[in-house]
Amino acid sequence: MKAVTGNRLCDGAVVYLKDDDQWTVHIAEAAPFQNDDSEAVLKAAQTRVGEITEAYLIDIADDGAPSGRQALRETIRTAGPTVRVDLGVQAGGIR
Amino acid sequence: MYRYDEFDATMVAERAAQFRGQVARRLSGELTEDEFKPLRLMNGLYLQLHAYMLRVAVPYGTLSSRQMRKLAHIARTYDKGYGHFTTRQNIQFNWPALVDVPDILDELASVEMHAIQTSGNCIRNVTSDQYAGAAAGEVEDPRIWSEVIRQWSTFHPEFSFLPRKFKIAVTASDTDRAAVKVHDIGLRIHKNAQGEIGFEVIVGGGLGRTPYIGHTIRNFLPKAHLLSYLEAILRVYNLEGRRDNLYKARIKILLNVEGAEKFATMVEKEWAAIRDSDVDLPAEEIARIRDYFALPDFEDLSATDDAFEKARTKDKDFARWVRINTAAHKRSGYSIVNISLKPVSGIPGDISDTQMEAVAGIAEQYSFDEIRATHEQNLVLPHVRQDDLYAVWKALDAHGLATANIGLVSDIIACPGLDYCALANTRSIPIAQRISERFAALGGEEEIGELKIKISGCINACGHHHVGHIGILGVDKKGEEFYQITLGGSGAEDASIGEIVGRGLSSGDVVDAVEQLVQFYLKTRQNKERFLDTYRRLGAEPFKEALYAAA
Repeated sequence: MKAVTGNRLCDGAVVYLKDDDQWTVHIAEAAPFQNDDSEAVLKAAQTRVGEITEAYLIDIADDGAPSGRQALRETIRTAGPTVRVDLGVQAGGIR
Repeated sequence: MYRYDEFDATMVAERAAQFRGQVARRLSGELTEDEFKPLRLMNGLYLQLHAYMLRVAVPYGTLSSRQMRKLAHIARTYDKGYGHFTTRQNIQFNWPALVDVPDILDELASVEMHAIQTSGNCIRNVTSDQYAGAAAGEVEDPRIWSEVIRQWSTFHPEFSFLPRKFKIAVTASDTDRAAVKVHDIGLRIHKNAQGEIGFEVIVGGGLGRTPYIGHTIRNFLPKAHLLSYLEAILRVYNLEGRRDNLYKARIKILLNVEGAEKFATMVEKEWAAIRDSDVDLPAEEIARIRDYFALPDFEDLSATDDAFEKARTKDKDFARWVRINTAAHKRSGYSIVNISLKPVSGIPGDISDTQMEAVAGIAEQYSFDEIRATHEQNLVLPHVRQDDLYAVWKALDAHGLATANIGLVSDIIACPGLDYCALANTRSIPIAQRISERFAALGGEEEIGELKIKISGCINACGHHHVGHIGILGVDKKGEEFYQITLGGSGAEDASIGEIVGRGLSSGDVVDAVEQLVQFYLKTRQNKERFLDTYRRLGAEPFKEALYAAA
């Protein structure tokens, strides 16, 4: 499964595409896409240049957590620095 | 005191205003990211893992208290209450919102600061010796020439689109604290046999995926010709450097393909054509810049102070801090004070807003308003009276800034790594934290002596691992973090590139490995030689055995 991610343009926060086509900072709320469908969804997301930047696809497991080769990177990216657990989404500091 | 003249002030203000317009056009959708990215990078604004990152230039690492207070204000108002001093004497903010960056740049401009030349394929901010103007034995203040280079290089139209980024470092002491041999151009100010002062010009050093020690292409360049000679080097590079392959575009590749001798000939030929043109600065202009770096009004003090000696005898912790964190000043009765930003379990280079304000206050009271940033991610108070050292130590200690470990095993350079950086493969900071914890628990850091550990989270080598006495490079193996050890590197006057010693280690094993290497060194060293000297004497083999024996 895949999810669409990018950085919110105004503040750079890591966001994911939801089912309702809005963006969320919580990976648990990301819409899962079948691998075959995901490229088209990404293409559409990439046109939303006034909202986000650097959109790309990540692998997610059935439970919605990052998976595959980039799992560690994407886990840190979604949560915040492992050396500052008081910062980032993991600390509830970003909405 | 270093200052910007009216040209610089205007230039910086205009640039900030221009960027405000560019940000507005990006936010309105008028500019695409592809159009905007080069513009934001020209203003030091990167996009990292969690947020944007703004890299602010600290020319030659020199800061006034007013500027430090402004950085604290920015950290508190626009960021998350801290900043990160980098391995190039700059400071980075990790969480600025794009919408706030124009205001941040205005705030910076109000104290003669900016983010120009902190990114992109231009001549980057010049770096220098953090002890400049204070070091005992210095030939002259290297910042004068660093500033000459800055004025020449900022927005230089011919060199605004180089094949790749270009870094210049300047030192004027026998002890090289500016790592001049691993820069695109390193300049060592020295006296020749006739007693004249000039530059040794070292070209083509660098780290990254293809590390090289630079080659001296000219032993002695008279000072008056500095800019025309640099211009000749840059012209050769701009014309001949590769633009087809990102990884082969630095000047080190060109120099090593052509050979140092041929490269030097190419430069000399170009120089002959321009050396008598008007590139070089007139003497009065150099004198004007020299005035910016006039030394403060030092008092004539005796070399020893009774109160200071008494405090040293009475307080062992103070005595230890003095031994480890202070250095000889050119004026008697004064000391150079190093402020370690590497507390046990700390994040190398990080400093909170309140700590920044504390440093600003201490510098104002005790160091003629001057602060320096070092490429080893620490700070320096360059001009402290010996009879003030005890008060300075107390004041620093009150803010968690009196860690006595400069140059020791826990004074680790670490890049931000995968905790922050979009390019990283692995984390660096947690390794640094665990090494510092291990040696704090073991004790005896001072007994181990000078030992430079440098950690990079990817091959780009921002953590300078190639020149660590012990270097640690993070590599990704099928999604898992592994760490490759290199030994025997040095970024100082005895520069060398470390050698890789065997297979990568898991994150769990790497701290044990460092301890084993240190234990082996302690057993085999002779006459208090440094770790690096033992390694150079014995070679890699016995260290490899010690490293992998237990595994």
